[in-house]
Amino acid sequence: MANKYTNLCIAVTGLNANDNPGPGMAVIRSLKECFGDDLRIIGLSYESLEPGIYLKELVNKTYQIPYPTEGTAALIERLTYINQQENLDLVIPNFDSELFNFIKIAPQLKQMGIASYLPTQQQLALRDKVHLKDFGTKHSFYVPADHKLYTADDLQKAAAEFSFPMVIKGKFYEAYIVYTMDQALKAFHQLNATWGTPVIAQQHIRGNEINIAALGDGQGNNVSIVAMRKLYITDKGKAWAGVTIKDDNLTQLANSFALATNWKGGYEMEIMNTAEGHLYILEINPRFPAWVYLTAAAGQNQPAALAKMALGEAIEPYTDYQAGKLFVRYSWDHIADIADFQQISAFGEL
Amino acid sequence: MKLKSNIATSENGFIFNPATGDSFSGNGMAAQLLAAMKNGKTNAEIKQDILNRYDVSENQLDRDWDDWMLQLKEANLLEI
Repeated sequence: MANKYTNLCIAVTGLNANDNPGPGMAVIRSLKECFGDDLRIIGLSYESLEPGIYLKELVNKTYQIPYPTEGTAALIERLTYINQQENLDLVIPNFDSELFNFIKIAPQLKQMGIASYLPTQQQLALRDKVHLKDFGTKHSFYVPADHKLYTADDLQKAAAEFSFPMVIKGKFYEAYIVYTMDQALKAFHQLNATWGTPVIAQQHIRGNEINIAALGDGQGNNVSIVAMRKLYITDKGKAWAGVTIKDDNLTQLANSFALATNWKGGYEMEIMNTAEGHLYILEINPRFPAWVYLTAAAGQNQPAALAKMALGEAIEPYTDYQAGKLFVRYSWDHIADIADFQQISAFGEL
Repeated sequence: MKLKSNIATSENGFIFNPATGDSFSGNGMAAQLLAAMKNGKTNAEIKQDILNRYDVSENQLDRDWDDWMLQLKEANLLEI
């Protein structure tokens, strides 16, 4: 039966379902579960070997888009072309590094008939790793102490204050727990080369790693909050298995964050629950996490709720979800033809 | 002390704390004790039931019971 979501066409980034996965495929899976197979998914990729490009049952067509460093003009030009081909209803960007551009062009996208549901630039900056400690202090959140590192010499000050182990983090992605100055220097140079300065040295906090996926309505409220305890963590610190948990303190923390920021859109809080029961915020990611399909499996389909809100529907906040819902990630050798690789590499479309 | 009300247990002794994500595997005896505790039986009732059904002295049972409660407490499964 036709409804207002019939023939919906949604563009999604983050198709890199690798060992450090982007959230795109989980977002698509959640959307398909809600809107059905009639939903047309347009993948937006940066590189030719992002697995989602080749997963035809989930992604109808993929277009390469310019890297964020190429700026908003190149992005809007490419999206204009894609929109002419596909008549997009909505775009859901899923990378931290691309959000600045997408937020900036959101008004132009709206004029083109493409909805989005994104935080403001100010909200984006508030939770930035570089500002997180100040943000925590201002709003009475537990946040580990940090040092911004611009040169290798800055490591000495950080090491003197935190001692080892400490955590060395890239501006956008990646983090290493280091136990010696040699490891710290190596991590600094590697992250500086990849993401630029400042690199961040953060106090190492021990405890149970918990993540919260949430969806803010831009008015100081959350429409959905789902918490997950990591059960299996990869050497890159990513959850390879996890289980939904329910704890009022976690819900309260996410609600305090939404209230403090008026956050609009999906976000993820990375929490360390210490033996004393203090909930340290290690990071706040300004988009859905790669495990976001677990929210749908537990009863709160956050990507679908975001899509509906972006398209103007009023959504009642979710009130409950199933604790004890487990995800176990797996790897899979998907087979494609070299001609597909050639097509996306040479023409930027598949 | 009582088992936290939100603790999930199964017939085969699996225990899940939905607030923390901690899970534990218990043996058949643990499964029976957890089921009795979840059904609201008092400690005295449970211990008397064990004395009736098993060849165990009251002293030994008291020691084992204290150890059991300590394990539950350390696992954060009891109401504070």
